[in-house]
Amino acid sequence: MLWNAVLLALREIRRKLMRSFLTILGIVIGVSAVITMVTLGNGATRSISDQISSLGSNLLIVRPGQQLGPGRDSAGAASFRVADADALRSQVSGLAAVVPVSGKSVTLVAMARNWSSSVTGSSADWFATGKWQLASGRIFNEAEERAGAAVCVIGETVRKELFGGFDVVGQQLRVKQFSCEVIGLLASKGQSTMGNDQDDLVVMPLRTLQRRLTGSVDVGSLMISVRDGASIDAAKNEVTWLMRERRHVSPGDNDDFSVMDTRQIAETLSGTTRVLTGLLGAVAAVSLLVGGIGIMNIMLVSVTERTREIGIRLAIGAREGEVLLQFLIEAVALSSLGGVVGIGLASLASIAGAALMKVPYLFDPVINLLSFGFSAAIGVIFGYVPARRAARLDPIEALRHE
Amino acid sequence: MSAPLIALSNVTRCFGHGAAAFQALRGVDLSIGAGEFVAIMGPSGSGKSSLMNILGCLDTPSGGSYRFQGLEVAQLDRDQRALLRRHALGFIFQGFNLLARTSAQENVELPLLYRGEPASRRRLLAREALAAVGLEGWGHHTPAELSGGQQQRVAIARALVTEPSLLLADEPTGNLDTERSREIMALLVALNRDKGLTVVMVTHEADMAEYAHRIVRLVDGRIASDIRTTPSVCSEGAH
Repeated sequence: MLWNAVLLALREIRRKLMRSFLTILGIVIGVSAVITMVTLGNGATRSISDQISSLGSNLLIVRPGQQLGPGRDSAGAASFRVADADALRSQVSGLAAVVPVSGKSVTLVAMARNWSSSVTGSSADWFATGKWQLASGRIFNEAEERAGAAVCVIGETVRKELFGGFDVVGQQLRVKQFSCEVIGLLASKGQSTMGNDQDDLVVMPLRTLQRRLTGSVDVGSLMISVRDGASIDAAKNEVTWLMRERRHVSPGDNDDFSVMDTRQIAETLSGTTRVLTGLLGAVAAVSLLVGGIGIMNIMLVSVTERTREIGIRLAIGAREGEVLLQFLIEAVALSSLGGVVGIGLASLASIAGAALMKVPYLFDPVINLLSFGFSAAIGVIFGYVPARRAARLDPIEALRHE
Repeated sequence: MSAPLIALSNVTRCFGHGAAAFQALRGVDLSIGAGEFVAIMGPSGSGKSSLMNILGCLDTPSGGSYRFQGLEVAQLDRDQRALLRRHALGFIFQGFNLLARTSAQENVELPLLYRGEPASRRRLLAREALAAVGLEGWGHHTPAELSGGQQQRVAIARALVTEPSLLLADEPTGNLDTERSREIMALLVALNRDKGLTVVMVTHEADMAEYAHRIVRLVDGRIASDIRTTPSVCSEGAH
């Protein structure tokens, strides 16, 4: 009986193909919108956390001021010094490297072309700590670091913009007013999820940057990598205590710097994405509801059109429940069909969107199943009223209906 | 004799309320035995449709008692009456009432579907029923592809496929020409004679009523006459 009702429903849908298609369009759009939003959102979140955890889970970043992200309160908080890095290196156990990092935005000139980029000044440990690979050339050595030599390693974007197809190692690059020799080229890391180009940078010894560009001994932040097997939390605590002491923070006062591990940074960044995903998904869910109303409307029309058929069925002995089931199944078949088409459409849209946004395509079985279940449930909810109307028809009246 | 198949006593049927109330049936006593062929006649408004609906368990009397095979129909609820129709009654209508765009075979299978017969048995029984009304090999045609007479034969096959105790025919020849009408009536007569099928037919055509063994005339919701006749027309062409 149930199987026959399903067959009957499918036949009824096939007979009115155009109408059925228009009826399920709302559900199709709703389901595909929800799934696409969530899938792309998941991809973006994953991409962010991948990027950050690719730095390794044993990384700590120390910045002046509190909070992370836009509008962080660093005003008034003193910058670090190279001495802070040295103190950490010598007094905190279990650290693999302490890397002071400073940066500045500059205009670069080479081969009669110029390009705005940012310069990072750091130690040689910066490359290993940030998991950078060299495409060619070498990184600066200790002597160059100590002397503040005019050498730099450039990113792929800088190479492309300034040097075109030429071999960059050995070329001269003008950074603002001084000239430095390119000694290495970094392997490309590509675009980050937040939209910025990770390859658009020039790296030079910290001392070079301080002397020739910023003219101060300030250090912007400290990257600390914790030795494998050592406790991150313990290292974080020790770093915090030492920095409080060095920066003369009175007991009871808040830290005037922050120590974050990569997991925390990933969470902060992906939290934003997650909220956005949720909002977009909720908007899409509203269109599912609208789709349900469309189904109810068409089912009511269908019941009126098929009054005579219902009369015949009742006359030859169909029970109320059986007529109800028939129309309910038809509504569910319609909405489920919408769900299936929506899932198909969402897969295409997600794959295309993921490629476009350069985030990974992550098939999420939960949201797919959930959307399908939801679309079927919409068929039950919005199909019930029309189906009950059909089942309650008076057979005599129904048979007389033209 | 055993209890009659149908026993109506003092059946009334009222429509509407108050001043607009209309009494379609005003106390009908009627008893029909198994194997009878009864024609119910009467002018329009005489209550024959109301009587037919009550006999067919599509409607319940406002007052009085209707026993079908000893079962009091007035006390049955909607679903119980549906089950009674499913298992004991067959209907044919003036307008045939076949499902459009559905093959003759599937139309005939429909009552079996509700009886939960398996597909193979449905197919077999429906094919036999179609053969019994002279439509062997027409099963795949939809009603639109069949003549009126053929459509009514499909309807008869649908009514008989469940082997009901009672066949109710509501103006079965109303939409057919004389030739086709005669064929349909001959078929009903043959089914009544050969298979002992009880037939109750509503008609306002006197020459169709003559095929029956008994003619009940209704006037203003009451039985005016109830005459047993012998069929005056031979059932030629019934085979």
